[in-house]
Amino acid sequence: MVSRTMDDYMALACAGCKAVNEPAFWAGFDRASAQGFYDYFRQITEYEPRRAAKFCIEHYCWLCINPKEAEDPGLAREVISLIPEFLKKPNVLGIGEIGLNKNSRNELMILEEHIQLAEDHGQLILVHTPHLEDKRKGTKLIIDALLNHPKLDPGRVIIDHVEEHTAPLVLDKGFWAGMTLYPESKVTPNRAIDMLEMYGCERVWMNSACDWGVSDPLSVPKAALEMRRRGYDDAFIDQIVYSNPAQFMGQSERFALK
Amino acid sequence: MADNDPNLVDLGFLDARIKLIDIAAFLDRLDRHGQADDYRVDALRKAFSELNSQEAGRAARVLDALSDHTEEPIEAAVIQGAFGAPLKTR
Ligand SMILES: [Zn+2]
Repeated sequence: MVSRTMDDYMALACAGCKAVNEPAFWAGFDRASAQGFYDYFRQITEYEPRRAAKFCIEHYCWLCINPKEAEDPGLAREVISLIPEFLKKPNVLGIGEIGLNKNSRNELMILEEHIQLAEDHGQLILVHTPHLEDKRKGTKLIIDALLNHPKLDPGRVIIDHVEEHTAPLVLDKGFWAGMTLYPESKVTPNRAIDMLEMYGCERVWMNSACDWGVSDPLSVPKAALEMRRRGYDDAFIDQIVYSNPAQFMGQSERFALK
Repeated sequence: MADNDPNLVDLGFLDARIKLIDIAAFLDRLDRHGQADDYRVDALRKAFSELNSQEAGRAARVLDALSDHTEEPIEAAVIQGAFGAPLKTR
């Protein structure tokens, strides 16, 4: 959680968090060169696991150039060329969060190249879908791009930031669906629980947005409290906040919690 | 689905009430300041009809009403953010 202080690791540990998984994402600004990404990959594969370990939390990560910075194909390809070296690091679970931001041709081309990279290296995939008015279209383009790879197992791909209008599209094709919780924008705990009621509890996880913006690392524990208020029992809550994510990430031999 | 069904109206009514009044106040505010003529506000107004719908799936349909329905990728991403409603309804 490169954009967070140790206080957040402490709060997560106290809330019972056993592991965090951190996608490579936008830093709140555009990096000027591939070297900036090289250092960032070192940070999330070497330094961040040590910070998390101080609070007995296992740290896993995903690597890519995120879609917001993927409009320049030259830079994007330079960054992609750095990734294979880092795939050897013990906390890397796969390629992500790849996807689309504004649904542009270049973003789509770089998404394709990331999918190919994941396929070539047998990696799990974590996908970011665009926000607001761009989500519906972007989710459809992403699903089509993934389905263009017939050998890719949809059960090894999680498509994140689903909302009520995109969750069924994702789940119907056999992908996992991620519900990223935000305190004041996008999906709230109550809406995420509503989606579980509407679309079922298989192949879904909830995650707390923990970025440089207004976000809350304790969103998942708060959603667990909301589930309890709404009458769900411990076994149900455990499936959503622990077993399901462990099942998905456990497809990588690197993921130690089962 | 939940074991012991709590009263969901008790749990959610005040929150829904607050949000509804907030929307009404927002529209009043735009009128007072002469700023109601905006493609995003138009999109919001179109989506309001879903609140009176008797059919399940209101949230998904509100999201659809506030979504870009084109299908082809755009030529280039010239901005990074999004506005909450598609520009072409302007
Ligand atoms: Zn994301």
